[in-house]
Amino acid sequence: MSEKPRLIYFNGRGRMESVRWLLAAARVEFEEIFLDTREQYVKLIKDGSLMFQQVPLVEIDGMKMVQTRAILSYIAGKYNLYGKDLKERAFIDMYVEGITDLMHMILMFPFSPPEAKEKNLALITERATHRYFPVFEKALKQHGQDFLVGNQVSWADIQLMEVILAVEEKTPAVLLAFPQLQAFKTRMSNMPAIKKFLQPGSPRKPPPDDHYVSTVLKVLAEE
Amino acid sequence: MSEKPKLHYFNGRGRMESIRWLLAPAGVEFEEEFLESREWYEMLLQDGALLFQQVPMVEIDGMKMVQTRAILSYIAGKYNLYGKDLKERAWIDMYVEGVRDLMDLIRVHHKLSPQEQQKNLALIGEKAATRYFPVYEKILKDHKDDFLVGNQLTWADVQLIEAILTVEEKVPTILSEFLLLQAFKARVSSIATIKKFLQPGSQRKPPTDEKAVAFTNRIFNRR
Repeated sequence: MSEKPRLIYFNGRGRMESVRWLLAAARVEFEEIFLDTREQYVKLIKDGSLMFQQVPLVEIDGMKMVQTRAILSYIAGKYNLYGKDLKERAFIDMYVEGITDLMHMILMFPFSPPEAKEKNLALITERATHRYFPVFEKALKQHGQDFLVGNQVSWADIQLMEVILAVEEKTPAVLLAFPQLQAFKTRMSNMPAIKKFLQPGSPRKPPPDDHYVSTVLKVLAEE
Repeated sequence: MSEKPKLHYFNGRGRMESIRWLLAPAGVEFEEEFLESREWYEMLLQDGALLFQQVPMVEIDGMKMVQTRAILSYIAGKYNLYGKDLKERAWIDMYVEGVRDLMDLIRVHHKLSPQEQQKNLALIGEKAATRYFPVYEKILKDHKDDFLVGNQLTWADVQLIEAILTVEEKVPTILSEFLLLQAFKARVSSIATIKKFLQPGSQRKPPTDEKAVAFTNRIFNRR
């Protein structure tokens, strides 16, 4: 009897959004429990549900999985989004890790002090435009295929799509110099599972706002 | 014709040390090219050898691999240190990710000011003793096997022993409450390839100091 995966996190993007993207792309339905109060979080810790006292937590296949990368790797492996051999996995991992470094800047952005926000925004745009997007533009141009690795959709493509949209929310014209990525984005948007995820009413979460930030800080009781 | 992996990094621990640690128990001989100057780094950049303009970079099996986790995953997969199936890999990933969070605290230690270092030292001790080491102590207690996952040596064990030894350099009594981790440490240290790595003359690097930090800052033009 296979149960749906269950995601435990705040009602917002954060580190869990990549998991939502990957499950959606794999057409896996999932449930969500949202952390709104510190009491819920403390209870999870006391129950021993959080291995390192942290969320995200994903209950899947009898495991209480923590650590975002571990969760994503497992989903990618299970749903055939991790390439066909060790070398393809190596390239997927490299691409995903690079994208994760960029996503991390976006993730932390709402929590940065107001005086640092302008600088951080400029850095996000600079890194996207000079360090990360050129790599994927070049990869797609060189092999001329629809997807980054092995001529089939993989975790790397999903992650890239997620980060493109996230950066565009901050810098709408960011893909101007990247025709391959523009075409990639269109292609990915038209894939049925992703198209569905991008529509209103899907589990996709909106960009973080002040309420999200204050909920996170309250639940984690961070100063 | 199989060439030895070639590691490109500073002559110091940093992010490359975990890779040296993983190659060692696998009995894999490797070469190292140390970044001696900014010019050297810029040459690597201009050659297009660094996918995201960053080191570590490891030349292995015809690939110029970057991103520490991608490199470690590849080595683990190639040398049978990643468990026997997807679920074992999931546990290895979770345990590794937890340890790496702890290692990150140590890795940045010498970049901090002397006052911040004092606070960080307390944080390292606290996190190791209350968040991370209890988890591994409990795992070993629950299944009573010699290793963390699947009753054989995996990446998780190597990462854990590296973390134990590295924390001990800063907090010598850290294992006083963790009897099973003490036994684990003794056991894993006596594995032939790891024993060899722990001896003088191996490619293991000494602890990072302020001189090393100043050197890397210079190469990367950091403030």
